[in-house]
Amino acid sequence: MHWLEDFVFVAIVVGLARPVGLYLVRVFERKHTFLDSALRPAESLLHRLLGVHSDQEMSPRLYTLCFLLFSALSTLGLFLLLLVQHWLPGGPGDRYLTTPMTAHLAANTAISFSTTTTWQAYAGETTLRYLTQLIGLVSQNFLAGAAGLAVGIAFIRGFARENSNTIGNFWVDLVRALLWVLLPLGGVGSLLLVWQGVPLNLAPYTQAHTLEGGVQTIAQGPVAALEFIKNLGTNGGGFFNANGAHPYENPTPLVNFLGLLAIGVLPASLTITFGRMAGRSRAGWVLLAVMVVLFVGGLALCDFAESAAPPQLARLRVSGGNMEGKEVRFGIGSSALAAVVTSNGATGSYNSMHDSYQPAGVLVPLVNMLLGEVIFGGLGTGLFSMVMIALVAVFLGGLMVGRTPEYLGKKITAAETKLAVLYAVLTPGVVLVLTAVALATNAGRAGLVTNTGARGFTEVIFAYASSMANNGQSMAGLNANSVFYNVTTAVAMLAGRFALAALALALAGRFAAQRRLRTTVGTLPSDSVTFGVLLLGTVLLIAALSFLPALALGPIAEALQH
Amino acid sequence: MHTGRGILKPKLREQLRPAFLAVIWLTLLTGCVFPLGLFALGRLLFPDRASGSLVTRGGIVIGSEFIGQNFSRPEYFQPRPSAAGAGYDGTASGGTNLGPLNPKLIESVRHLAEDYRKRNGLAPDATVPIDAVTASGSGLDPDISPANAQLQVARIARARGLSEEAVRRLVADYTQGPQLGFMGSFRVSVLGLNLALDRAAPLPSH
Repeated sequence: MHWLEDFVFVAIVVGLARPVGLYLVRVFERKHTFLDSALRPAESLLHRLLGVHSDQEMSPRLYTLCFLLFSALSTLGLFLLLLVQHWLPGGPGDRYLTTPMTAHLAANTAISFSTTTTWQAYAGETTLRYLTQLIGLVSQNFLAGAAGLAVGIAFIRGFARENSNTIGNFWVDLVRALLWVLLPLGGVGSLLLVWQGVPLNLAPYTQAHTLEGGVQTIAQGPVAALEFIKNLGTNGGGFFNANGAHPYENPTPLVNFLGLLAIGVLPASLTITFGRMAGRSRAGWVLLAVMVVLFVGGLALCDFAESAAPPQLARLRVSGGNMEGKEVRFGIGSSALAAVVTSNGATGSYNSMHDSYQPAGVLVPLVNMLLGEVIFGGLGTGLFSMVMIALVAVFLGGLMVGRTPEYLGKKITAAETKLAVLYAVLTPGVVLVLTAVALATNAGRAGLVTNTGARGFTEVIFAYASSMANNGQSMAGLNANSVFYNVTTAVAMLAGRFALAALALALAGRFAAQRRLRTTVGTLPSDSVTFGVLLLGTVLLIAALSFLPALALGPIAEALQH
Repeated sequence: MHTGRGILKPKLREQLRPAFLAVIWLTLLTGCVFPLGLFALGRLLFPDRASGSLVTRGGIVIGSEFIGQNFSRPEYFQPRPSAAGAGYDGTASGGTNLGPLNPKLIESVRHLAEDYRKRNGLAPDATVPIDAVTASGSGLDPDISPANAQLQVARIARARGLSEEAVRRLVADYTQGPQLGFMGSFRVSVLGLNLALDRAAPLPSH
């Protein structure tokens, strides 16, 4: 029966794409929306406080620099807060905070949250004060998410504009992303979560006297304040160690479903925003269609792999699909759906332990992240990941049919191709090199404390794929709280966030400056089914060329051991 | 060129002030004002949920509706194996993270399955539902599958002096289907069911 939940999920995401996508167009083109009467005064106030003039535009270079500067100051602020957090008042009491906040853990965590990765080398309930989670992490879930959305919109303006040397104002976009998108949705969503049972308190950990006469200490906290925005901003770091598997973070299947919608809806809708702003609505639908096809394919494989009885356990006369690391309330269906949505959506908020997945089950989230999360993807960043592959597809298509490569009326010259190809090779470069370094050094191999062999290899490449894709989910058998992993995953997170965004914005700047070519009979149409198939093929081709050898050492080798 | 709007000079120095102020003010907005507003509404509308859905009996907090706890006595339905601390440690959530081929996982399942069969008086080659012998992701799973509950009914009925029919009715009362008909799985709440058992046939110690 669990295909019904999958079907409803896809139907809602696709159904909301147009209304939400067009709402985003209005928000970022500063047209009238139904929230204006409440939000315009707040926007003016914030502009005054920040000293921002809303009519001033930025060059792509300055836009990128502002994004970098804002992220750098956010990282620094969070780093300092983490270092002094043990002096903050309030719970949880010192005796529960058993993980020391070392400088390298603080730096890794600060970078992780300001890049929307929210990779966590620590367990929330044994490391952080409530106030750190609120002031430090809830805020970065909003701010980093909004910054990603702003960059995505600036990228779209490259296609929307012609003969322009500007792509918007970062501060104006940032404030709009917060006030018109993340704060209202975050508020409503968080309240729904409290209604369903996600705690929201600053109470000491509960001492419960169990029915059998024992004492159970139950971690508490302002969980609901973090829980919804972590998904909406495509961040994903959990309040507790078990993240979305923890019954306080994810008490009911409805909470789980709402969280998955929060991850998927905005990034999927941005394809429609893109098409509309670029003046080629059909091209947006083509991108969305390719995403949905890839999504359904991955989900079918993951669900199939997890639903089958694990052969090693079936021999012991154990019946049912793979429930190791999964929660009964979600079963196989909602667990596999969450694995696929969170790995597509740059959101690490898994509700089951991927390290205990079958080889084909873990292959899907891994490949989703290695692809650069082109299926829906991170808020704002997912869109440009997919468009970058579209540019490569256009280039390949142009080579095949001997036409001038162009996309949505923008010419793809040697310079644009170089930027797109650089973008495409950066992820394999960073992920594969860091994986090789980890496996070649004692410090790297020291992290393999739970599993070895092919599964151990998969844990390592999964960690770097997750960091580079700013996803943050892990195969948690890897012990990643060491100097080696805190430093190397931070490098991948920074490259994945800033190097990729800088390349995307540089490309957007070049497109904005071009005039728009008229469509002629010589144009390879980029809004047709044929182009959709070409794009799909290019996604799979890039993935296979870049990662097949590495995958053969990990999940594929393990599958053959069965 | 794009007209009608001012273009900022590409001087990073002039952006330091807005950047610094943005981090300060927007952190205040999203990390202080937002949670405070949410606290006001959440605690007003759903005070019990906000406090963690704690369950009390005779004025004493005995657990949370959503957090699984350990049961080992034969008179109680038993929850899934747990990897949270020493088992159902509410301050150390997590799974085993053992891969599917890991010998530790296979050995552990073998032992747990043998133990489950013995405890519930099943044949040595009886099939065991997988949730009864595998650890959850959180280590705090409050639920078991209906199949797992059914296999424990005979043991509970014997230990409590109830009819199997009566225990089965209680299991049915505490079984939930997929939410709204399509989300999630069938599940039986262990704590709720065990509390109902204590009401139906109190143990001598209570």
